[in-house]
This record gives sequence, C-alpha cells and structure tokens, in this order.
Amino acid sequence: MASDQLRRTPLTECHEAAKARLVDFSGFLMPVQYDGILEEAQRVRTKAGLFDLCHMGRCRIVGERRLEAAQFLVHVNVHKMKQGAIRYSFFARDDGTTMDDVLVYMDSDAEEVFFCINAGNRDRDLAWMREVCARFSCELQDQSDELAMIAIQGPSSVETLNPLCDVDVGGIKYYGFVRGTVCGVPAMISRTGYTGEDGFEIYFAEAEAPRIWNAMLDSGKPHGVTPIGLAARDTLRLEAGMALYGHELDDTTNPVEAGIVVKPTKHPHDFSGRAAIDKMAEDGPERVLVGFTTESPRVPRQGYDVVSVDGTPIGKVCSGSPSPTLGTTIGTAYVVADHAAPGTLLAMDIRGKRHEIHLHALPFYKRER
Amino acid sequence: MSSPSDLLFTDSHEWVRIEGDSATIGITAHAAESLSDLVFLDLPEAGDDVTAGEGFGEIESVKAVSDLKSPVGGEVIEANTDLPDNLGDINSDPYGKGWMIKVKHTGTVDGLMDAAAYDAHVAAEG
Repeated sequence: MASDQLRRTPLTECHEAAKARLVDFSGFLMPVQYDGILEEAQRVRTKAGLFDLCHMGRCRIVGERRLEAAQFLVHVNVHKMKQGAIRYSFFARDDGTTMDDVLVYMDSDAEEVFFCINAGNRDRDLAWMREVCARFSCELQDQSDELAMIAIQGPSSVETLNPLCDVDVGGIKYYGFVRGTVCGVPAMISRTGYTGEDGFEIYFAEAEAPRIWNAMLDSGKPHGVTPIGLAARDTLRLEAGMALYGHELDDTTNPVEAGIVVKPTKHPHDFSGRAAIDKMAEDGPERVLVGFTTESPRVPRQGYDVVSVDGTPIGKVCSGSPSPTLGTTIGTAYVVADHAAPGTLLAMDIRGKRHEIHLHALPFYKRER
Repeated sequence: MSSPSDLLFTDSHEWVRIEGDSATIGITAHAAESLSDLVFLDLPEAGDDVTAGEGFGEIESVKAVSDLKSPVGGEVIEANTDLPDNLGDINSDPYGKGWMIKVKHTGTVDGLMDAAAYDAHVAAEG
C-alpha cells in the first residue's frame, strides 16, 4: 500500500519529525525503528521507552447485561473481576481456534467493560463483539478513533509518568488500572505492557496525544527515555514470552496449545469456544508452543520447518529475533507434544540447511521484582 | 547524501566499481541504513560464477532476509571473507571496507544508474 493511503495516528507527525522509519503495519503508517532495533530494546530494559499504540483497537461494552456479554467473549471469570482489574484473554470460535488475544478492563464505576484488541483484527473483532452484544441487548462502542493509546515501559516508567499525573502511579497494581489525569487530561492509566518490564499503557482523548507524548519525552529525558519502534517492541515481547497474533496465535491455533489455558475451566459461565477448549485441555494438545535458543547467526523466521535430529519435520517456527538481553538468538515454534521438553535438541531448516536449536522454557526473560 | 560518483548502481541498491574487466560489488549506504542491525551475510567463493541480475548472496538483518543481486556476470575472483564477521563495516564504510565481491566481469545488467540517477531513485522511493 502506498504510504499516502495508510492510516495515520495522532502521533504520526511526531514520528516523522523525529525521523523514525515508518512502515505499513496493519494498514497504519507506524514507526518501526528510531535509532536501532537492538539498541532501542536495550534502552527499554535499562531505562524506559515510549510507544505509540494508537493503531490498536479500543472499545467498550455498555448496558445492563454488559457482564454477561463480556463473559461470553472471554475465558476468564468476568463476573469475579473487581473494579480496576485487567485480565489477558482471547476471543475463540466454537472449535476453540483464536480470533484474537485481548485485554479486558473491568470498570464498574463507569458502568463499562473495556477491551484493548489488536490492530490487524479490529474490524472483525468489532463485528463479532457487536453480534454478541446484540444477544445481551448491550451496546458496543468503538473508541479506537476517539481515544489515543501510548505506553511507557521500562524501569524508569514510574519516575517519568508520576510528575505528570494527579495519582500516584507507583501505587497501581500490575494488571490494574485507575482513572486519573495526565497533563490535566482525564486518562485511564493501566499498569500493563508488552515488553516484560514495569510500565503503563494510558488511554485519553486523541486530540491531546502530541502534547502528552512530548510531555512524557520531556519528563523522561533525565532518565534516558526515548521513543521506541515496533521492531524493538517485537523483540521485547518475544523475550518476555508474550504471544503476537499472526505468529504464536492465529485462526488455526487454540489457547491450549499456545499455553494460555492449561486446565479445563473451573468457573460456571459459558463462553465462546469453551467446550472445545476444555476438551483439549482435558485430552492434552498434539502440538505445543515452545521457546528455543540458537547459536546460529540466522534469525528464525515464521514458517521455517522445525525438524528432529534425524530430519523428520515436527513443527514450524512462529517468531524469532536476536535477543540483546540474553545475548543469543531466540524464537518460538509449534512442535509435536512429545518433542517439546525444554532442553530438547532440534533443528530449524533454512533453505535445506539445518541449524541447531535448543528448546527453552518460556518466557526467556523475567524482570526482577 | 550523495553517492560516490565513480560507481554505478542498481535499482535494488547494489553498487559496482568497474575498472577494466574487474568489477567490485557492495551495497549502498542507503541499503545498509535501511537494513540496519545486520546479523548474517552469505557470499560466494572465489571461482564461483555469478549471473548479471541474479542473486549472488544473502544478507540478513534482524527483520528480514534479502537477496543480493549481481550487477554483472562473470567469475568471482575474490570475496571479502572478513566481512561476514565484521558486518558493522557495511554500515560504517559501505563503499570501502564493506565491499563484498570482485568479479572478472563479462557484461553488466541493463539500466545501471550513475550516482545522480541513483540518488534520485532513492529520493523517489521515499
């Protein structure tokens, strides 16, 4: 797609001014890189970085029966979620395959259940959510265009964000959110992220995005905060063992083989895909998502065959990247369940050449708390 | 940034320095900058044949694998065997230490550009 046909975010001009490299990401013109992918990734691990996430989908369910509607969409027990709680989940079809992975925000005070969904699945997610909402006489409101979303991630996140807020963001629990103000603008401040570091994702009126973006850069300057591109974000999420829809999850995978669901559901509520997912959790999956490391200079890429030591194809690579944090190259793959133990020696096939890989437990990286 | 005027360029961002029947080949500063974070380079060996307009090797960055296309055909007389272990040279000195192969050439591809045309091509690609 030509760049003038791509959708822009309220921050695209800021990225252009900063001379970021901009690429097509799910139909949006997004910054993939500012100064160097591995350098940016390391900066998030040691200092902090700022991310434009306005391309992601944001929406809310409102109406009397919003908990029932939300419950039908996700596998976690929505009815037990308290004000300010956030859970990671997915949308599944009847056969248990994944349509998307999502964050669910319980905002009883505002009488809404809020969702953050992936950019690439926005349209079909919204259509599916509308269909479910109709069954429960609820309304789905797409807020993707009216709300901006930016993230600050890394050890200096609290010091960077706190001076701009009317609440102590250091007091927000991991996977919790509060409503407060950032630069005087009402915002939802969420202690979540996609990097494995401490940090926040904040949602507020889109017109304020450039002002808040620049204020956060100013506030973070003494701490070494800079903007970070989507390429470094991908490396960081992979180190943290977090799935990316289109790689670890897609229309053919299900949450049991992806390791998101490990046991049949205990709560009493039905949700889309429950029967199939519970059955697979009971029986055990045929293939499972694994992590691996490799000493090969080659980067594992989606679709490369994974073969056993005798050359039998037993799986496919999902993602890969050099890992600045581990100092080696890492990847994820689906492999048959009986070859999936950490430590197993396998190989990836790149144009007929085998490169050894060692299976590694996920995540590769966990921050010290 | 202007490209060196003693070189010719392909639209796929390789450069070639032709001196008599010897052709030295590398990738341009623009290509090196776009790829950034290089992780792997595969070059042919002396004695291998390369075909004008076809792949002579592979270069891999964190985000993608790209084919290297030869601006000339002929026999490889020397490959920069130090380069795969010093990929930073491609970024820091693409027209010097970042050279990739020398070929005893028998002909070039059509449409090689001079520096001014190449710089215009890069500007047009955005």
